[in-house]
Amino acid sequence: MNAIALEFKKNAVRTVKDLQRRQLVKTALGNFEIARNDKVARFQDWQKARYVAAKLKWEALENLHANIQRLEENLKKNGAIVHWAATAEEARRIVSAIAKEKNARLIVKSKAMTAEEIHLNEALEKEGYEVVETDLGEFIVQLRREPPYHIVFPAMHLTRYEISDLFAQKLGSQPTDKAEELTMIARRVLREKYIKADIGITGANFAVADCGVISITENEGNARLTAALPKVMITLIGIEKVIPKLEDLALFLPMLATAGAAQLISGYNTFYSGPRKNGETDGPQEYHVILLDNGRTELLADPIERDALRCIRCGACLNVCPIYRTIGGHSYGTTYCGPIGAVITPIMRGIEDWQQLSYASSLCGACAEICPVKIILHHHLLKNRKIAATKKPVWWQKIGFKIFSKISTCPTLWSIITKCGRLLQKLHPLVKGSRLDPAYAWTKERDLPPIAPQTFKEWWRSKK
Amino acid sequence: MKVTLFIPCYIDLFYPQVGISIVKIFERLGIEVEALESPACCGQPAYNTGYHDETKEAAIKLMEQLKDAEAVVIPSGSCGAMVKVFYPELFEGTEYEILSKEVSSKCYEFTAFLVNRLGVTDLKATFPHKITFHDGCHGLRELNNKLPPRVLLSKVKGLELIEMKEAETCCGFGGTFSAKFPIISTAMGETKCASALETGAEFIVSCDSSCIMHLQGLITRQNKNIKTIHIAEILAQQ
Amino acid sequence: MNDRGTILASIQEALKKPSVKQDIYKAEDNISELIKQVMPPVGESFDERLALFRKNAQELKAEFYAVNSTDEVVQTILKIKDAEQWKSVATHPNELTESICNRIGLPILKLTAGYDITEFEKCSASITVCDCLVAQTGSVVVSSASTGGRAISVLPPHHIVIAKKEQLAPTMSDAIALVRKKYNGNFPSMVSFITGPSRTGDIERILVLGAHGPKRLTIFLF
Repeated sequence: MNAIALEFKKNAVRTVKDLQRRQLVKTALGNFEIARNDKVARFQDWQKARYVAAKLKWEALENLHANIQRLEENLKKNGAIVHWAATAEEARRIVSAIAKEKNARLIVKSKAMTAEEIHLNEALEKEGYEVVETDLGEFIVQLRREPPYHIVFPAMHLTRYEISDLFAQKLGSQPTDKAEELTMIARRVLREKYIKADIGITGANFAVADCGVISITENEGNARLTAALPKVMITLIGIEKVIPKLEDLALFLPMLATAGAAQLISGYNTFYSGPRKNGETDGPQEYHVILLDNGRTELLADPIERDALRCIRCGACLNVCPIYRTIGGHSYGTTYCGPIGAVITPIMRGIEDWQQLSYASSLCGACAEICPVKIILHHHLLKNRKIAATKKPVWWQKIGFKIFSKISTCPTLWSIITKCGRLLQKLHPLVKGSRLDPAYAWTKERDLPPIAPQTFKEWWRSKK
Repeated sequence: MKVTLFIPCYIDLFYPQVGISIVKIFERLGIEVEALESPACCGQPAYNTGYHDETKEAAIKLMEQLKDAEAVVIPSGSCGAMVKVFYPELFEGTEYEILSKEVSSKCYEFTAFLVNRLGVTDLKATFPHKITFHDGCHGLRELNNKLPPRVLLSKVKGLELIEMKEAETCCGFGGTFSAKFPIISTAMGETKCASALETGAEFIVSCDSSCIMHLQGLITRQNKNIKTIHIAEILAQQ
Repeated sequence: MNDRGTILASIQEALKKPSVKQDIYKAEDNISELIKQVMPPVGESFDERLALFRKNAQELKAEFYAVNSTDEVVQTILKIKDAEQWKSVATHPNELTESICNRIGLPILKLTAGYDITEFEKCSASITVCDCLVAQTGSVVVSSASTGGRAISVLPPHHIVIAKKEQLAPTMSDAIALVRKKYNGNFPSMVSFITGPSRTGDIERILVLGAHGPKRLTIFLF
């Protein structure tokens, strides 16, 4: 097993044992589920809405070549500067060049998973810029120097008390057990940052080709301020986010909010088309949009896996996933955790290193059931496993399955193995649950039932 | 009508009474039953691990055995889904494509067969106990089999079904997952057991002996005050 | 080849392989009709839609007043002003908002290009018009072009929106169509659908209003 896989197992085990944190996450997601179901019920036909959303996203991908060029053309018409980044490195280079050119010191950021993906903050900090996350959850995890725990709720693994201690330690604030007071502490700190910042960086949820518009969804208003006050605004967006028409957002925005945040609509859904226009009061003088590939065209090139590019990053699949609820977001060790991360990470970052994410699933399908754009996530996990087993088979597994296949297709062998098993299990109590136990993985924490004195097949033969 | 019964490997070895109960139920209904001698396994463990070539030998043998069957009954949502949903995917674009689709179309999970195909809901069974029902994920989501077991249980005399919280959440078995990631698997199982215990039920009932094997393994090890039983065993009780 | 060329070539190459078929609607589907069929219902009459807007807005903690005249607007604002002890108010060049502001009896900061951010930051509230309201979601639509720029609706602690009855759009689709029609060919640099005051649930999923932006959002319709 490679180092990344070992790390994954180690972290998973650690979270499994942290019962308190698991309970915190489980309660939060349980309450979330109730609120979400209430919003889903307000749609006239949620299931049909999923079909329509899936179709729209699917068509958008089918026509990505034309759509993305149209987006570029229209963004330019609106006065934005469009950059293309094939890799994370190139995207970092572009941001860094803009910061350098503007003599920037302070950069404020609203939530952007693309920035997490390319490790933008670390790169900018290394170059001496102060980078401040403004989304409250992101602000908290940034103070802890840790990645987001969830793609939508970055600090959901922390209690008020932990956050209060963190603020006291890092910001010098008075301890409090009130979420509101903690929020106000962050508000005061961040207010000043927006006003002083030279550059605002955002992610995005959709890019609309026919108007040249970037759509950003949020609840806090931090992206709004990030886009309003600094002189330069940069949006870092994955190329799969391009949709053809503004009208499609009438469906996507409510579905994104419902599936991802248990709201009929998010607090702020904002379309940005360019820098401040003539006659407008405020807003940045320059607007840069960076179109990021970084492995997305790899997914697109696979006619099956490309489905996963429909993802609108709502986080619904994480919320319902019993694995995510058990091992938490940090165990995955990758930017995109949960089922969607387990589907796309092995393809985007290499099956050899990341296949364990695809195997760490009971394939229950709760994710696919909730996905607003109908990505059959657990079937994609199966496909990833096939790719892994084909590219880099584990020899003992391959031989094991071959032998089992021979035994299970030969009645005589099956009957011999049954009898042998019965004999051997008499010795089992000697090693049961110990490392010598061939069934250790099972028996360490569970009992194994005994082979019946008469198996079904034996009964059937005797009956006949 | 003649039914061909496919008993999955772990039921054969560990839970023969499930198969025996099903044979008895069909005989009582006047339905002729033929149980398959071989293969013993549908090939799902290899398939779910990504080893498709190693899956095919068992799958082809099973499909050939079922070629002339009138109706195929599998007392497991998981193995049922393998044959019904994943065989056609496995053999797409191969010489077995048509056969896999034919077999798929006449294959039923046991309770779905009773309710949806035969229209039988009342088996005149008696089971005077409080139970809670665990949906196996494959039965629930691949086969859309939420209702049939509940319809059948509702007709059992003396039986009281108390639904548990998060009844649709996976128990953590997940086939080879349970051995590859035992800690995650058992943690999920514990959550499931806790939900079941909260109902005060005496039994966890399921259509899937694989989930039962996992949950009972935890229950026995941790001396929890609840038992597990396959739905067929309840339906066979007179 | 530059990154633009590389990415476009990769997309083109990738899409040469057709997608595996999905259980997806047919090409002849009428998308706008389908969206209408699936989205939350909005009723037929103005009164139904007004009631729906009120319900949705209030659910997200916005305050909503359907009134008969600007006099009533002013009366209510005066009460809020006293309760919140306003010091100054921000607005934008607009006949309606300016006439209302003039009757509040407080210093007014009329935002125009190059405004003083420190002064603006001190304002207790902002008063703006809107592009439209959306009954289906309880949202207010503002833009950088016609409602005073980007910051005015998000920086002060209390945002007050003045809307006219004819501005109530039934659905999200209607609102987007309206935006498209209004700004055809000259899209403002920002259009925002605001629903409720600024909010967060990032700490233990506990709802807190005024995370960064307004703690209160008050909407007047007359």
